[in-house]
Amino acid sequence: MTANLRKRELWTALGPYLGLILVFAFFAVRVPEYFLTERNFQDVATQTVIVAIGAMGMTFIVISGGIDLSVGSQIALGSVVAALTMKTTGNAAIAIAAGVGVGGLCGVLNGILITSLGVVPFIVTLGMLGVARGTAKFLADEQRLNVDPGFIESIMAKQPVFDWMLVGPGVWLMFILAIGAAVVLRYSVLGLHTYAIGSNEATARLCGVRVKRTKIVLYSLCGLFAGLAGVLQYSRLNVGDPTTAVGLELDIIAAVVIGGGSLSGGAGSLSGSLVGAFIMAILANGCTLIELPNYVQEILIGVIIVAAVALDRFRGRSPG
Amino acid sequence: MVEPLLCMTGIDKAFGSTHALIDVDLEVHAGEVLGLLGENGAGKSTLVKILAGVHGPDSGEMRLDGLPYRPNSPNDARRSGIAVIHQEPSLAPHLTVAENIVLGREDLRAGFFLRDQREMVRACLRRLHRQDIDPDQRVSGLGAAARQIVEVVRALAFDARVLVMDEPTSALGKQDVVQLFELVRRLRAENVGIIYISHFLEEVQQVADRYLVLRDGAAVGHGDAKDATIEDWIEQMSGRRIEDVYPDRSREPVGDVVLSVRELAGAHLPHRVEFDLRRGEIFGIAGLCGSGRTEFLRCLFGLDPVRRGEVKIGVTTDNGAAPRRRLQQGVGMLVEDRQVEGLALDRTLVENLSLSRPMARFGWLSWRAANTEAQGWIDRLGIRTTGPRQVVGDLSGGNQQKVAIARLLHHDVDILCLDEPTRGVDVGSKAEIYRLMVDLVSQGKSILIVSSYLPELLGVCHRIAVMRRGELSSARPTAEWDEQSLLASAVGGAS
Repeated sequence: MTANLRKRELWTALGPYLGLILVFAFFAVRVPEYFLTERNFQDVATQTVIVAIGAMGMTFIVISGGIDLSVGSQIALGSVVAALTMKTTGNAAIAIAAGVGVGGLCGVLNGILITSLGVVPFIVTLGMLGVARGTAKFLADEQRLNVDPGFIESIMAKQPVFDWMLVGPGVWLMFILAIGAAVVLRYSVLGLHTYAIGSNEATARLCGVRVKRTKIVLYSLCGLFAGLAGVLQYSRLNVGDPTTAVGLELDIIAAVVIGGGSLSGGAGSLSGSLVGAFIMAILANGCTLIELPNYVQEILIGVIIVAAVALDRFRGRSPG
Repeated sequence: MVEPLLCMTGIDKAFGSTHALIDVDLEVHAGEVLGLLGENGAGKSTLVKILAGVHGPDSGEMRLDGLPYRPNSPNDARRSGIAVIHQEPSLAPHLTVAENIVLGREDLRAGFFLRDQREMVRACLRRLHRQDIDPDQRVSGLGAAARQIVEVVRALAFDARVLVMDEPTSALGKQDVVQLFELVRRLRAENVGIIYISHFLEEVQQVADRYLVLRDGAAVGHGDAKDATIEDWIEQMSGRRIEDVYPDRSREPVGDVVLSVRELAGAHLPHRVEFDLRRGEIFGIAGLCGSGRTEFLRCLFGLDPVRRGEVKIGVTTDNGAAPRRRLQQGVGMLVEDRQVEGLALDRTLVENLSLSRPMARFGWLSWRAANTEAQGWIDRLGIRTTGPRQVVGDLSGGNQQKVAIARLLHHDVDILCLDEPTRGVDVGSKAEIYRLMVDLVSQGKSILIVSSYLPELLGVCHRIAVMRRGELSSARPTAEWDEQSLLASAVGGAS
């Protein structure tokens, strides 16, 4: 029984990596001349950044048994607020702080509403999806804000600052944040409580875990990550766009789920979510390279999401 | 001799390196109750799962009504007339009684609920003399005993000929148990073969015709129930003579009052609770299920809201506080249902242990320290596990309970509120838990224990009070109680 269990755990942990290798190998064989180039790697990595950073916060939420549907809107709001701040202050650092902060604010609100009203996260964040999007449009006067992002622009540059860095600064930022978040999840009391709440909230309460406070912290954290993703979106597009990232929350949730996250809580990992984000970015990139129409790519990602979760369920149910 | 209704011969089953069943024979005749006994992990559930088509045996054969019986799936077994009623009722609470009963039946045409099916449900209830249960009532409105009846009716609706009852009384109060036995006897009269599994040996003795004892996967004893004594059974189950399951507790508590409760009432139950708990004391609370015993502990620990009343712990007085506050005050609680509330089943042992008191500094965990600590408790309490990092859900019931207790000890609480601490726990582990309790109070801790199992209260407590309809009687020394008087007091007779 124990042997089975180990095998099962191994499968769950390695599954996303195997998927990544498969997808990678497929395109490496099909179009090596375009796919296997330094330039293309830099492209793919940079394309991954925004979804991956959004997925980091989402990983915490999903492990705790919650969901945040408002991250796409928060990203748009973050990009708009960063652009507006840039316009009024001209200071990129303040603009970054404002963009990240407004995401955090949305997260705090989500957390407080979920814990104090007793309304399920799905509904509260569905509401926030509308509120944040609307606020972004209001602030931007329903237009794209064409503001020079100053040094923010360089964050999402595809080329590395120094040659030895291989990839652009945004990609480095993504990896550093992922490591930091993974350490928090694994070695902090907050991480322990996140898993505990997702696994059995009643037990967490019984053990004196401050469940409400922890949830507010988690939604705020998710908001901060979304706000940062918004700033990066501004960096990438060079405009603060209130209509950007529509539906991106679903890509982000998909990345977490492909990476082994369970929407019923208690399962998920940062490395998995990161791999999930990469799988989706490589698919998008590879499909473009072999000139498949966009809809093929959409269908493929849909199939992969369901297949990943189904495989997970199947392995989980195997005798033991 | 008449051919048995069900005959399992030479059943063998291994899971990896664990030999769960070794050459087990089991026979049940029509109209007979077979008591299936054994400690947790002795192989009872594996045997039942083989019978119910969940697992296939590695070797051995089964015959039902003289014909070879080889179920490929639980549905197969159900169609052949095998019904299993599990420890935890498996009814859909939002559906009505009748809907629950016909759920999963194949003659549910195009998903429509037919009139004759309701009639069939009525007929089944009549057969059991339980017309008082309304087929159109929602199951969520029924008590534990009535739910059990509904499960039995569901089994009958599938024309069950062999009925397996797995710990059917563990969620029932004494009065409901009487009703359940009435039902068992009626089923026996209808020629149903019944396999009755229970840790409550007294009950098995009352209800069973024959018995079969399993130990470590092998059948170690069988015979007529009326010829066996409970001591025999305990010896066969545990493989050792248990002179006295209950430890010596000659030391009477002399300490100060550490917890005092005045006029405590919960949102729903209890209505009024007053008592003092002394340092070094084991204080028992008896009473029927639904009398407010569990609710009282939950109010005290802050899991359920307090309507009014005062709780004084040490020198501080309050009108109810959250579990976190209670833990800080040195009060810990072991909840009744470790599966649903007590443990995070899909997390590891060390994680579960770390939840209430993580080995951490400035919010950062030291897993090394936590693992060492966990290993210490595994050794001290004799938890059978592969190590601190085993997932708790894979442990047996008794070992899960020890993990839950270890968490309280790791937190180093001074007052332990234990709700049914030995439910679903085998005799060997029970004895260990009792010894541990006595050990703890001799170190100056205090214990508040709620239990449906009267011999246990009489065996370990210094004082016992009885909860009846939400009111706690005044406490009396255990020596002034016996089972009859406790029961009389619980059901409201003169005492």
